[in-house]
Amino acid sequence: MTVKLKVESVFKLFNDTRKEGMALLRNGASTDEIFRSTGVTVGINDVSFEVNEGEIFVIMGLSGSGKSTLVRTLNGLIRPSSGKIFIAGEDVASCDMKRLRAIRRREITMVFQHFALFPHKTVAENVAYGLKVKGVGPAERRKAAIEALAKVGLDAYADSFPGQLSGGMQQRVGLARGLATDPAILLMDEPFGALDPLIRREMQDELIALQKELKKTIVFITHDLNEALLLGNRIAIMKDGAFVQVGTAQDIVSNPADDYVRAFVADIDRSRVFTASDIAQDADHIPLKESVLGALVVMDKAGVDVAHVVDQDGVLAGMVTREALTAVRPNTPVVEVMEPDAPSVTSEAYINEMYATAQNGVLMAVTDSDGKLVGAVEPTAIFGHLTPDAEPATEAEEDDGKEDAGPPSDQTETEPANTADAQKEKSL
Amino acid sequence: MSPSDLLVIPFDGWVNAFVRGFLVPNFRPFFRAVQVPVNEVLQAFDGFFAWVPMLVVTLVFALVAWRVVGRTMAIITVVGFVFIDMIQLWPETMTTLAMILTSVLFCTVIGIPAGILVAGSNMAWKVVRPILDIMQTVPSFVYLVPIVMLFGVGMAPGIIATIIFALPPIIRMTNLGIRNVREDLIEASEAFGATRMQTLIEVQLPLAMRTIMAGLNQTLMLAMSMVVIAALIGAGGLGLIVNTGLGRLNVGQATAGGVGIVILAIVLDRITQGLAEPGSGSRKPLLGSFKSLFRSQDIEAVAPDKAV
Repeated sequence: MTVKLKVESVFKLFNDTRKEGMALLRNGASTDEIFRSTGVTVGINDVSFEVNEGEIFVIMGLSGSGKSTLVRTLNGLIRPSSGKIFIAGEDVASCDMKRLRAIRRREITMVFQHFALFPHKTVAENVAYGLKVKGVGPAERRKAAIEALAKVGLDAYADSFPGQLSGGMQQRVGLARGLATDPAILLMDEPFGALDPLIRREMQDELIALQKELKKTIVFITHDLNEALLLGNRIAIMKDGAFVQVGTAQDIVSNPADDYVRAFVADIDRSRVFTASDIAQDADHIPLKESVLGALVVMDKAGVDVAHVVDQDGVLAGMVTREALTAVRPNTPVVEVMEPDAPSVTSEAYINEMYATAQNGVLMAVTDSDGKLVGAVEPTAIFGHLTPDAEPATEAEEDDGKEDAGPPSDQTETEPANTADAQKEKSL
Repeated sequence: MSPSDLLVIPFDGWVNAFVRGFLVPNFRPFFRAVQVPVNEVLQAFDGFFAWVPMLVVTLVFALVAWRVVGRTMAIITVVGFVFIDMIQLWPETMTTLAMILTSVLFCTVIGIPAGILVAGSNMAWKVVRPILDIMQTVPSFVYLVPIVMLFGVGMAPGIIATIIFALPPIIRMTNLGIRNVREDLIEASEAFGATRMQTLIEVQLPLAMRTIMAGLNQTLMLAMSMVVIAALIGAGGLGLIVNTGLGRLNVGQATAGGVGIVILAIVLDRITQGLAEPGSGSRKPLLGSFKSLFRSQDIEAVAPDKAV
């Protein structure tokens, strides 16, 4: 995997004309102390990370955490106070305007929170803007614009004006504009923050679908942890200008680095973070050719009453219950007693996609993309993964979970909200 | 007892010494040279409007008014211009029009770049703003005297006085228009690799255009109001008619000149206002506009609705 974007200990201090703030920061003063003593605002405090090709790297933080400042340093809209930012071998943090413009035209584009479409230009002209400033001819850039619009399903609106489109459509135009120059890196600054929840959900799914096809390197900014967990291959949690934790969705949810992250994580919908493979347990399986007697031996050894049957390639064939096995003669082949339609889920399925299957109350098979059995999940085991502390599922929790398909009990809901508010006040 | 018992400042003496003793002897050639372009442009406009027949001018103005504002304004334009011709003030009106256009042209050429410049720098705006305040608040009679001393009398000095008086709004409005362009649009433009000039031409100026046109309209109106005053230092046209009417207590002549100014002002005001608010007026193709002009009443009654 190639690294497309490399950020090395970037700092950004506002109003720090005499470099006092920087000196204090290096001596370990907190951002609050620095602001009180010098009036310097610390926007970014020693941030380093790498983004790999084709990855969605999500930076998540509350307002005032410095995430918008950080994303603007990546394309030089804001120059950092110190540090290095490498894109295509060029240090964006220190290169001159001419080189910076060349990088912006070729390597990196941006999608904005409030769309930032030019109201006096048509949709196609908006999308073609990056090509126009590059000096691409009218016919060619029109063609590229229509192509980019087709990717987001808006090619029919090429000659409308942005003001005539709905919010969701406008942001698709914003996305098409970002894609039109075919950049290596796409910066998205809270792109769905200004949209209605329903449209937001739709756009998130569309981005995931689009990303499967385009495989762009995306730096995605959001204040919504659910969005971060849904989209991010890796997620960075930002607080007071610094990264608190960087990791995959599962890392962050199962091992929060500190109380700040824990408070966030307590609030999220865990059923959309963990997949079947995260909760699957190794399951003993019975070969298709086995007789009923052999099957009972396997079951006795594992101490279970239900088991899956696989063929010679390990592909799931069906399931048998002890009840069915004991009802026939011991030398009957398993094929004759097994139920061919065993409830199964793919290993990539999120827990919230497993509820329907789990309703049967039978052991679920977990299969990989080739249909091979990789494990099994007890329906009741799902609920154990929906609570932050991952305690063994109790009866009460089961009932809870079945009803509203989510973890938030009253306790977990109020606590993180308070912490989040306190955080906001602090940053203000 | 008053402060003047203690000290009298000979302020007027200082100004006299500065203008007469320093500016006039040292910079007179410079000020003479400044007049040259003004004079050239004025002569061109004046010659042009004297050459074009009255009916053609009326027709063109009516057509523009119709396209930009609407049918009613076109009719008002025709009636107004015919009236001016009938009270025998057409040549003077054309001279005034040439003066106005010259002043507005110079105001635009100076004002829009100046506005762009001060919009880009708070420092420059801090310097320019008080100057604009002074230009707008000092009564024009006050600077007529130094203008006569430096530029002499005649058309060009009159126009220069008009330019000084009418310049501030277009600078202010250009500055305002460009500063009011949404910050994220500028960011978007820059994020796609636009140069400052590209951002200015592609994003800032088009989005500021309505405000700039409103500034142009104000500049035009201020220039219009200077016509009579500029006539005091030798500028001709309708202002001269009004002034001579005043001097001879010929109330009829003064009123006639005044009416001419008002008619011209209304036409120019509405046309420039129409330009500042695109979307109003008739946006049909030119040929179609001609056709509907000669069509029967009922079709014409429908046409304006479609145009909006």
